[in-house]
Order: sequence, then C-alpha cells, then structure tokens
Amino acid sequence: MRPILMKGHERPLTFLKYNREGDLLFSCAKDHNPTVWFADNGDRLGVYRGHNGAVWCCDVSRDSRRLITGSADQTVKLWDVQSGTQLYSFNFDSPARAVEFSVGDKLAVITTDPFMGQTSTIQVKRISRDPNEQVGDSILTIKGPQGRINRAVWGPLNKTIISAGEDAVIRLWDSETGQLLKESDKETGHQKTVASLVKSSDGSHILTGSLDKSAKLWDSRTLTLIKTYVTERPVNACDISPLLDHVVIGGGQDASAVTRTDHRAGKFEAKFFHKILEEEIGGVKGHFGPINALAFNPDGRSFSSGGEDGYIRLHHFDSDYFTIKM
Amino acid sequence: MASIVSMADIEATAKGLGIDLSAVNLDSITLPPGEDFGIKSDDDEDLYHEEALELEAGFGNVIVVDNLPVIPLEKFEKLEGVIRKIYGQIGTIREGGFWMPVNPETKKTLGYCFIEYNTSQDAKSAKENTNGYKLDKSHIFAVNLFDEIEKYMKIPDEWTPAEIKPYVPGENLQKWLTDEKARDQFVIRAGPFTEVFWNDPRQLMPELVYRRQYWTESFVQWSPLGTYLATVHRQGAAIWGGASTFNRLMRFAHPQVKLIDFSPGEKYIVTYSSHEPSNPREKHWVLLNFFDLRTGKLMRDFRGNADDFVSGSSNVTGVSWPVFRWGGGREDKFFARLGKNVISVYETETFTLIDKKSLKVDNVADFTWSPTDPIIACFVPELGGGNQPARVSLIQVPSKEEMRQKNLFNVSDIKMYWQNNGEYLAVKVDRHTKTKKSTTTGFELFRIKERDIPIEVLELENKNDKIIAFAWEPKGHRFAIIHGDGPRPDISFYSMRTAQNVGRVSKLATLKSKQANALYWSPAGRFLVLAGLKGFNGQLEFYNVDELETMATGEHFMATYIEWDPTGRYCATSVTSVHEMENGFHIWSFNGKLLYRIPKDQFYQFLWRPRPPSLLSPEKEEEISKNLKKYSKKYEAEDQDVSLQLSEQDRKKRKMIQEEWDQWVAQWKKLHEDEEQLRLALRDGEASDEEEEYEAKEVEGEEVIDVTEEIVDSDEDQD
Repeated sequence: MRPILMKGHERPLTFLKYNREGDLLFSCAKDHNPTVWFADNGDRLGVYRGHNGAVWCCDVSRDSRRLITGSADQTVKLWDVQSGTQLYSFNFDSPARAVEFSVGDKLAVITTDPFMGQTSTIQVKRISRDPNEQVGDSILTIKGPQGRINRAVWGPLNKTIISAGEDAVIRLWDSETGQLLKESDKETGHQKTVASLVKSSDGSHILTGSLDKSAKLWDSRTLTLIKTYVTERPVNACDISPLLDHVVIGGGQDASAVTRTDHRAGKFEAKFFHKILEEEIGGVKGHFGPINALAFNPDGRSFSSGGEDGYIRLHHFDSDYFTIKM
Repeated sequence: MASIVSMADIEATAKGLGIDLSAVNLDSITLPPGEDFGIKSDDDEDLYHEEALELEAGFGNVIVVDNLPVIPLEKFEKLEGVIRKIYGQIGTIREGGFWMPVNPETKKTLGYCFIEYNTSQDAKSAKENTNGYKLDKSHIFAVNLFDEIEKYMKIPDEWTPAEIKPYVPGENLQKWLTDEKARDQFVIRAGPFTEVFWNDPRQLMPELVYRRQYWTESFVQWSPLGTYLATVHRQGAAIWGGASTFNRLMRFAHPQVKLIDFSPGEKYIVTYSSHEPSNPREKHWVLLNFFDLRTGKLMRDFRGNADDFVSGSSNVTGVSWPVFRWGGGREDKFFARLGKNVISVYETETFTLIDKKSLKVDNVADFTWSPTDPIIACFVPELGGGNQPARVSLIQVPSKEEMRQKNLFNVSDIKMYWQNNGEYLAVKVDRHTKTKKSTTTGFELFRIKERDIPIEVLELENKNDKIIAFAWEPKGHRFAIIHGDGPRPDISFYSMRTAQNVGRVSKLATLKSKQANALYWSPAGRFLVLAGLKGFNGQLEFYNVDELETMATGEHFMATYIEWDPTGRYCATSVTSVHEMENGFHIWSFNGKLLYRIPKDQFYQFLWRPRPPSLLSPEKEEEISKNLKKYSKKYEAEDQDVSLQLSEQDRKKRKMIQEEWDQWVAQWKKLHEDEEQLRLALRDGEASDEEEEYEAKEVEGEEVIDVTEEIVDSDEDQD
C-alpha cells in the first residue's frame, strides 16, 4: 500500500470529506483554501478561494453540487462545487466550527465557538435550492454546552442533532424544538474533549474520538455505548469503514507538545481496530505530525488521512486487507 | 504587655459614644489584617511562653560525661582544658555551659562533668562520638544525655524475668513460591494504585493478586529474597508479606524516611532520612536506622552531618545510596561505609566497628564488596600529579589483610564490577595519555577463586573506544562490553575460560554497529538483551551468547526500564512516567516474543518479585538441563491444555460479541427499512438508487455472519 502524498495545503489539515460517489475528496486546512481533489489519483482539481481564516469543516451535498464550509473568519460559505464560485456567506459573530447538510440537503447545522464572552451555539439554517433565494436567518439556535462544540451532525431522519465537544459529553437534541433529549453517561463516556464525531454510512451508529485516548461507538438513536477502542494517544480523528467491520483512529499528542520530544515520539499512526471485537488490527504510519483528519472512501477500498504536517496521504488498500481474519 | 481593659470601661466608653452595646454583634467585629490596635492576642502570648520554656528548661542539649579522672583542685584547669578541647570540636559549648562538680570535703572532683551545647543535635553527636572515648587506659568516657539520666534511674535494681509471649504461628511467607503453575509475581505502581500480579504468559495477561490504593507514599521495594514488600510512609517504613493477602508484618518508625535498604539475607533493614534545616545556619543532618527485620528492634542508629555521609563519592547532590553497603553474602555479617581516608567496617553481632576501629586507607575513593565473600575491593586514585600511582586492593574482612593489590599509572578513573558469584572482578581503568587530552580504557581482570589471585590485562582492539556498558554473565564466565565512539557502537563478548583457553580471557565475538547502550543478561545466563534506551527509543535485541546469534529484535518505543524475571524466562520492558506518552509495560519471552502489553497511565514502577536461590545442587541442575525433554513433557502438555481451553473460551466470547452485534445490526436494519419512505420524502423522492446500494451493503454485512459459521465448522471438527 503505497500512499499518494497530496501536497497542496500550506498549513495543518483540519478535515476531510468524500462526496457520495467517492470520486472527489474535499479537504480543509488552517490555510484559508478548501481544496477538492480526485479521490482516485490525488490530482488537485481546484481551490475555493474566499475565506479569510482557518477552515475547520465542510460538507458536500448528495448531488455533489454544493459545498458548505465553516471557518474561523466567522463565516460559513456555500460554494458551487463545479465552478468554485461563492454562492452565499452566512455571517456569525464568532468562528464557525462544524457544518453538515441534513438528509435531503435542505437544512444545515452549524456550530460556533465561544468567543469574546459569547457562548457556543448550535444553529440550523435553511438551504435554498436556488442560491438567489438564500437567506441568512437561523431557524433554530441551541445554547447550553460549556466550551467548544467540535462536531454536530444530524440524527436519523433529521429528527435529532448529535453534538460533542470540549465538555466530553455527547448530546442528543430535538432538531425541531432545540430541546435536550439525552446526554451520554458521564461514568462510561469520554473523560476529555471529544475531538471528532462521525456517522456510519446508514447513520445508525456514531463513532467519537476523544483526547482521553479512546474512541467510542454509540447508537445514534439512544446514545447507548456499544464499543470502546482504547489506544495509547489522544484521538483527533476517526472514521468507520463502510465496507468492513473496521474503524480507523488517528491522533498524536497535542500539536504544541510535539516538539518537546523526539520527532518519532508522536508515532503518528492511523490505527485500525476491529469494530466488533475492539481489537487492534494494524496501523499505517507516515505523517510527520499528529493526524487531524481521517476519512474512508464510501466504497471502503481506500482512505485518506490529513496531518498537522500539512499533507494528505491517500491510501488504496492492498488486496490482503480485505481478507484479514480476526 | 497590653494594658488590661475591663468590661466596665468598655461599657462606659460605649455609652460615651452613644452605642448600644447589646445591639452590637461582637463576633462580627474583625480587625484589619496586620493591625492589632495595640491589643496583644492572648494566643500569641501563650506560644511565646511555650517556646521560651523549651529553650530554657529543656536539658536536651546537656550531656553528662562520666569516668573522668578524679583530680585535686590544682589540676582542675588542666583537665577542663582537655575536656573543652575534646568537646569543643563537636559543637560550640555554651558560655558557662561547663560544670565539673567538686566534693567540698575532699576538695577533689567527683569524676564527672556537665556540658551544655547550643543545640540538642550537637549533644547527640557528642554522645555518639565520645561514648567509649579512651582518655587513657583507666578512663574510658561514659557519655549520656542529661535527659536520659532520669530514664536510666527508673530501671529497677531487681531483675524480673521478661514476659514470654505465647507463640502465634505466622503465615508461610514463602507460599508464593509454591504456585502450581510456577509463575512469578511482580508489583507495579500506577496512579494511586499499587498492584501485585502473577505473570501468566499462558493466558497472555497478568492475574491480579493484590491491589491497594495509596499503599505507599513514595515507592515500594521487594526484599532481596522476595519474602517482603516494603512500603515507605511519612512515619516510617513497613513490610508486608504472606500467601496472597499482603498483611503488614512489621513497622519501622522513622519519621520522614527517604530511602530504605535490605541486608542481602533479609535480616536487617536500613532506613535513611535527611533533615534539611529551614534555617541555613543550622546543620543539615541525616539519620540512618538499622532495624532487625523480624523483631522490629532498632539495632543501631547513625546520625550526623550530611557532609560526613556524602564524602568519598562524587555525587554532589546527595548521598550515594546505600550509604552502608552489606558484605559477606547472605549471612549479613558485615556492613561498611566509606569515610575520609577510612572504610568503616561494622559487624552485625554487636553493631560496632570491627576491632573498634575503621580500616585506614588514605584517600580511598570507592569500594565494593564481593557479592559472596567478605572481601572488599577498594581503589585509591592517583596522587601527587602521578608520582603516587593509583591502587586497587582486595582486603579480607574481618582480618583486614590485604590479599592482592595492583598499582596503576596515568589513571583518570576506575570502576569495579564483580561477577555475581564472586569469582571474578573486572576493573575498568580509564587512562589518560601524557598530554591528558584523550583517555583510553582497559580492563584488569582478577580471578578471585584461583591461587594467588592472578590478574590479567585486557585491552580493546581499538584503544580509543569509549566503554558504554559492561556486564558479567550471571553465574557464568563471560562478559559483554558495549564500546565505540559513534552513534552505533559495537558489542563484544569475552569469556574467562573457553575449551581451548582455560586460564586466559578470550574474545568470542564482536557485533558491529548496534543501536544499543545497555546490557541486560538473563539471570540464568546465556541470553542477553541489547537495549537501546533513551536516544535509541527502545530498540531491543534478544541475543543468544551460546550460539552467538540474534534470536529476535523488537521495539518498546521510549522504554525506560528493563528487568528480567528472576528465572530468566521472561523479560519486562516499561515506560515510566518520565515520559508523558506510552506509559505501561510489555512482557517478552526470553527469546524475544512479545507476549502481552499493558498500557497504564502515570506508570511509576515495575519490579519482579525476587526468588531465593535454588535449593538444587549444581549437579542436579546439570542433570535436569541434560534431560530437559523428559521434564518438559509435563509442562508442554499443560501448555497445550491451557491453549486449547483459551481458544475455546475465546471462541465462545467472540461468538457472544458477534451475536450481540448482530442484534444491533438487525435492529438498525429494521429501523432503516421502516424509515425508508420518510427518508425518500425528505429527499423529494429522488434517491431510490441509494436505497438499493444500501441493500447491497447489507449483503456484505452478511459476510460477517459467514465468519461465525466457519467457527461453528471447526467446532464440529472437534466433536
């Protein structure tokens, strides 16, 4: 498995997202330019210019026409994927952290950071089919959790919103009323900041990665803890394989602590675990810095990782990967 | 003193100011901080008084010196001068702090005097240092603290027989050695917990024996034969042992104890504390206590200036532990300490110096005991700019006879390494060239057990190589050296006797450019771990010295500590809390197979429980190793049973996990299908193809179920 090294970003990667067909890969980084790549050979297709701060998160619509990006420049922007033109910009008074389109792409959930005395929020915006009719009003604003909300995603049938962040609690909200429906159990749940949260391909379960050096698998309807994957280092990113019963977990120590030790001290490795048995299968090394983003191709036959080192590494699995027996 | 104000005065003042005193909550009145309005607090005054009392009335700093010559008045001043000279060296005698009473009838002294020091510390050290001082043949000082006189007075003159306590049978402290599976124990400290485990390599995990939170306040330590586990607390040390319960067996009171040390035969325990003064003018003193391990009785204490106990070693920051080194093997007969120009050797029958005086060795820099015999090896550095050569001597105890000595020239440093059976002593000699710009290293090898102790000189092929590590093979005749200058040093093996060369050292092999800086021999010999710690990030190489081949290589990333189990079957590597990351330990088999890994946050200590030496005779051991096949059969069968059982358990567990997961998947699948129409509606009905795709994925999900079926197949095979 020889990875394709994709050099294009000048700053650490923050997020990776494949489109539904798995032919395009969208990447966000702390430089201001979200980029789209061919997911097959790693060629750069284009760059979305317009943000004026680190871009934290993105999502692409089901038909691969619209891209939504959330940035530290306090805006969330809608883009035309093909032309790269900016269609709309939602303005906030604090940095935007997470964005996701709902099922049907008619709504988007956005989280904003606590900033200058303001608390963090989860907001829902209506996305119009015609960009000319797009308005900036929020149809729902949820406040409450302490600290940053690092991820918010839609639950099944857009009925709920699942959020997680610095307070280590996973929360389930009613997406109509904004009411808090459920919280993860404090005893069995994460002990430190939850850095990432991803859904399975059918949305039935979610995987969260936390700086407490573990990743946990939850039922997305009931927030029942199903599995825990324990590793030796803080988890910055994780994803669930759509094809096999595998999950991939990546991390490393805090970026600010890296230089204090040997360059290999972080051992920046994407680790594969068996989803059901919770056992480690193997690892893929290569990054020179902590891994900040991970994504499986929707066909499950390749995955990409984005690191603090500014590189994206695109790995196509060897055939023996598909025959691993546990 | 504050003027006393009566309540009536206060009431009058209050009236004058028009304040209704009854309406004032007196408790709510607080003075501004640091301001007392001239009113002295009663509490402060009490404290002041107490302190004064201690200073004036305490006789802790007064000693009584008895057995002085009885002299007429005309010689009084002369004797006073002599005594003042002796005691003035130890500490400052207070002004008017000397009193030698005189019998008014005979006009002669009574043969004793009182001396008052500034501090009780001085008084104590005066007592220790001069009790038994020989002024002349008939006058041997008896020195006591004044405070203790009363204690001695209370001792009844009549002897009463000691009360004999009924015998209570104790626990079998060696029970752990009778483990059916012949496993070894180890203790770890991680976070607030101290845990003792069986190492169970068959199950590929440790089995908990005992676990306790806040068991120790600083560290734990096994006794040398593994009988006891010592914990260290603010009030002193404690030892624990027993079958599996770890009951407390004894406590040794020693406030602020810092370090402990067992005698090799587990008869005694030495505790150490260092008392740094809060006031810089006072002295930094240290206290060492020797306790009998079984009775808890204090056998002897040593107290004194910290500087006296640090001397001789190059360690500037503190004492080089242990201060007292035990000698003479497991009989615990002797212990010794390095002093200025002396080695003080004590024997444990009386806990006093052998022949009442220290062994005088001018400028001695270091010494070591033979691990088995009462022999001291000491070294004296080069003096007088090279005119007086450096010297290594072997001294027999208790006769204090020099058995062998060797003079060495141009020496900059010397290190001594004993082979653990006391058969050989290797002396590493660093020599500087005439210009003193570079150093070369050689070895002087002593064959202790041979007649006249022959010495052999060993030079490396490349004289300029630096020696990074040296280690004797336990119970063997071989040793290994890591040497070299660059980042990848070489490793050489030598043997003190080979088939061709009985009386001479010969080289066996050299391994070129290895990432190693530490050597760990298996306690059973033959096998060796070459470890690259620190800069080499925990590279491990398991090497067989009999065959001169590498058995396996491994890595325990960032490993800081390596220890073989006492049988030489397993090796533990650990990363302790000096690193933020990767804390935990790995267990390897002797041939370098990683058996299991246990991550533990805040990992402080890993210690194998030592075993007492085998009771088998060397002949019997040889017989066993010759007929190993016969003996190992039984264990191999057991191994197989366990592994079958394990795989059975594992299969069952996996099956259960799989079934549980299948339930989740079934539930999700059903919900997903139920919601299909709703989802379609959300997507304006255009997404039917994805639903088909989803079905296709479900088929792949069934592959998982196939795996289960395979396992069921093998089940049937077994039946």
